[in-house]
Amino acid sequence: MATEVTTKRKQLAEQLLQAETTLVGTLPLTAADPDLTVEEAYAIQLDNINRKVAQGKTIVGKKIGLTSKAMQDLLGVNEPDYGHLLDGMVVENGNVVPKQKVLQPKVEGEIAFVLKKELKGPNVTTLDVLQATDYILPAIEVVDSRVRDWKIQLPDTIADNASSAFYVLGGKPTRIEDVNLELLGMVLTKNGQLVNTGVGAAALGNPAQCVAWLANRLADFDISLQAGEVILSGALSAAVDANEGDTFTVKFAHLGEVSVHF
Amino acid sequence: MVNATAIKEIANYLVAGEVEKREVKKVTAHLKPDLTVEEGYRIQEEIVTMKLAEGRKIVGPKMGLTSQAKMQQMNVDEPIYGYVFDYMLIDNGGKVSLSDLIHPKVEAEIAFIIGEDIEGPGVTGAQVLAKTESVLPALEIIDSRYENFNFTLPDVVADNASTSRVVFGTTVKSPEQFELDVVGATLSINGEIKELGAGAAVLGHPANAIAMLANMLARKGDKVRKGDVILSGALTGAVLLEKDDVVVGKFDGLGEVSFTVTD
Repeated sequence: MATEVTTKRKQLAEQLLQAETTLVGTLPLTAADPDLTVEEAYAIQLDNINRKVAQGKTIVGKKIGLTSKAMQDLLGVNEPDYGHLLDGMVVENGNVVPKQKVLQPKVEGEIAFVLKKELKGPNVTTLDVLQATDYILPAIEVVDSRVRDWKIQLPDTIADNASSAFYVLGGKPTRIEDVNLELLGMVLTKNGQLVNTGVGAAALGNPAQCVAWLANRLADFDISLQAGEVILSGALSAAVDANEGDTFTVKFAHLGEVSVHF
Repeated sequence: MVNATAIKEIANYLVAGEVEKREVKKVTAHLKPDLTVEEGYRIQEEIVTMKLAEGRKIVGPKMGLTSQAKMQQMNVDEPIYGYVFDYMLIDNGGKVSLSDLIHPKVEAEIAFIIGEDIEGPGVTGAQVLAKTESVLPALEIIDSRYENFNFTLPDVVADNASTSRVVFGTTVKSPEQFELDVVGATLSINGEIKELGAGAAVLGHPANAIAMLANMLARKGDKVRKGDVILSGALTGAVLLEKDDVVVGKFDGLGEVSFTVTD
């Protein structure tokens, strides 16, 4: 039985890596395996991350997904999910996301946390997060699904590293005590046109609460958040399709701007 | 063209809906199916004249349909305006009685207190900010007199842009302290966040809405006046009010506004 599970996990992990490499979207993992659990999906995610680390990549942070009520309702879930950020995923502010590295990218505006001390769950509170945060930055997350047409269920996106692709950090490092995270506003523009606006409270009521959730969820896998890690705390507005030639800019209150080109 | 008598009749029809707190069929349903936007504003002006004659006072204009979503829904490329009167004001922390209204909804807005007259055409958002004395947070309660909030653009213009009640915050701030396009706001009912948004949801920047108002008023030889307190348009979606709701709007740096809903 154990061997069977391991084989299944390996196959599914391989299926996702294949899609990422060939840029041909795969069928949902849950189509082939309707019983795939959330815990198995996290194990698949970790298998692929470990493989990349073995190839020389470094884990530089985490991202939190499905933090809005709208996204949770869409997937019929009541908790967020997370993925790993690797060193190769960073795009410098104002730079280009290479077309040959994404399948069906979408863009979201988020607040990034950089920690100054370790956060280890369980029982991490929002206050613990505020005390452990060195500074925050405005961020654009480029999400992408290796699953064809984004036909994802919760285990599909979790196994697929929570649909992570690239991220851009910008603006200026800002102390958390200088802002009201809950009411921090942002506006996302595409090619100079307003697309949507958002507020910190869109992420589970408060982005710091999302980071606390992450620290506690990671405790289930005996992982802690390290000083210096970048944590993308969750989208403040709906994800927007990105096409070749598009430029996205996210302007935040107090934190400044960040932009990316496709 | 519709004559002055017909304009008066329709204005009376809409005011009766407001006073008797009952829904009416939209004007374009039977009364005047081919009503134009210009005629809608003539009816609105008639309603304003009627209220002034009763001794009511204008607090200031208000902007409506300022979000991309609403403009697309109504298939228009320009917002609309209406007028807020003194009897519509509710104190911050006060009560809104459902028995006074038809089917009220609430939205969070930023209000401008105008320091100098602003006369169009060609007014920009930057010019508006230079002539703004202060800004303050507000909750607007809209209450279309039409069945199920179902109306066309000329209908809603005639109905004074669904204006019904307003709760202003009690702290005013200088606009220079803010980047109003990224001021975030949340709208909570009984402690649960129902809607949220940032200033840019209003035509890219709330000051742009006041500029458009000045430019629209200029077409009929009118202007935005010193002392006007103007609602610039919703940062959030509108939420239907129910009995016992405790409604709180929080605005980054501008403070909070709240009220309670009673029978």
